[in-house]
Amino acid sequence: MLTRLVAELPEFFSYYNIVFLAKAALATFALSAVGSITGVLAGFALAVTRLTRSIWLAPLRWLTVLLTELFRRIPFLVTLMLVFFAFQLSGFDLPLFAVALIAVFLIASAYLAEIIRAGFESVHRNQWDAAAAMNFSMLETIRYVIVPQAWRIILPPAFGFFILFIKDTALASQIGVIELTYAGKVLNNKGFSAALVFGTLLVLYFLISYPLMRLGARLEASLAQPRHR
Amino acid sequence: MPSLAIANLKASYGSVPVLDGISLDVGTGEILGLIGPSGSGKSTILRILIGLLKPSSGSIRLDGAMVDYNNANDVRRVRDRLAIVFQQYNLFQNMTVLENVTIAPVRIKKRPRKEVEYHARALLEKVGLGDKLQSYPDQLSGGQQQRVAIARALALKPEILLLDEITAALDPELVSEVLDTIRLLAREGMTMLIVSHEMGFIREVASKVAFMATGKVIEMGAPAQIFDAPREVRTREFVAKIIRH
Repeated sequence: MLTRLVAELPEFFSYYNIVFLAKAALATFALSAVGSITGVLAGFALAVTRLTRSIWLAPLRWLTVLLTELFRRIPFLVTLMLVFFAFQLSGFDLPLFAVALIAVFLIASAYLAEIIRAGFESVHRNQWDAAAAMNFSMLETIRYVIVPQAWRIILPPAFGFFILFIKDTALASQIGVIELTYAGKVLNNKGFSAALVFGTLLVLYFLISYPLMRLGARLEASLAQPRHR
Repeated sequence: MPSLAIANLKASYGSVPVLDGISLDVGTGEILGLIGPSGSGKSTILRILIGLLKPSSGSIRLDGAMVDYNNANDVRRVRDRLAIVFQQYNLFQNMTVLENVTIAPVRIKKRPRKEVEYHARALLEKVGLGDKLQSYPDQLSGGQQQRVAIARALALKPEILLLDEITAALDPELVSEVLDTIRLLAREGMTMLIVSHEMGFIREVASKVAFMATGKVIEMGAPAQIFDAPREVRTREFVAKIIRH
């Protein structure tokens, strides 16, 4: 078994395969990073929208609730298929990778909106009262008072989500996006042993998520002692 | 001429009425003490004045000018002239003492930071916390936090100061340090509305006292009259109960 694996190595790590895997890893990384970053931004906007009180913004709030509840409830794969077929039906000839990007954006936004909203709500109501009584606008309150306090409630679940999300992007292989998992299946089908192929994937997934884990741990540690900034 | 005139004010939390036609006047330099049993609507008046709760009817005039609490500009103008200190201090937990006191004047009122900090240091010195500028609220005792909250309110240079049961959440031995600070302000002629259960204190500093029950002002008068010769039965019962404790 082991000797067979070793014998496969030179052929497996051919120039072509390395480039193929690197491109696939890059796709996984891009899907995760774009999803996480746009998800944080859109999730923040959604969470802020839900905090508004004006009756003129009520339709916007309902839409926000609808989007977050919807995309948190349907499976990742179903969202992916929905986006995929929606674009097929509408006749837009969008590359598969773009379809996957839109899907990860929708899903990450919905999840992160809830994580951020929960963080906002963890801040005591009396902080809002004090700020309002001193003429802070809603956005000023969020900026100066709420976010600095909600931050450390938001970080752990947000990073937990990012890590899960990296693995979930594997589902994009189902619509034919060439990311790590898809690449693994291709190489496996070419005859390379599953142990070698998926062992390599394991290492690559780890290499993508480990720095993120470290960053999360470091941020959490620095927030645990806000006194010693 | 009264600087604050409240007429026939009504308000409710959802379907529960809390204020049932309140009328009160506070003149410049006056100190109005609001007393009464819990749930009588004392704090609600202060929350309405600072724009945290909308009245359902009635009028509020500031220096003769009607304030429309449904109009955001009016609310902003009122908050520019009034300041409130809350029962639970409500200090910003993410900011140091000095930041708590300077944030609104610097960021919201856009006054020059140097001048604001100078003023803030003087105020914190005055409330006895000149050595706590860089502390965070959770490093301070309740009494210290409440004095920071008072300094924060004063940094806004308010014309009228609203005090909402500011000693109710404090341990008994910390009450006097906060009340001493208010005595200082009273001597300086600050106009104040004080909701409190500290009857001795109210009697001492207030220029007039309003006794409230079930959303109404039952009786209003000079402290000596309210405490020593109440005209209404409910006032008499309340005062008697309080004194007995």
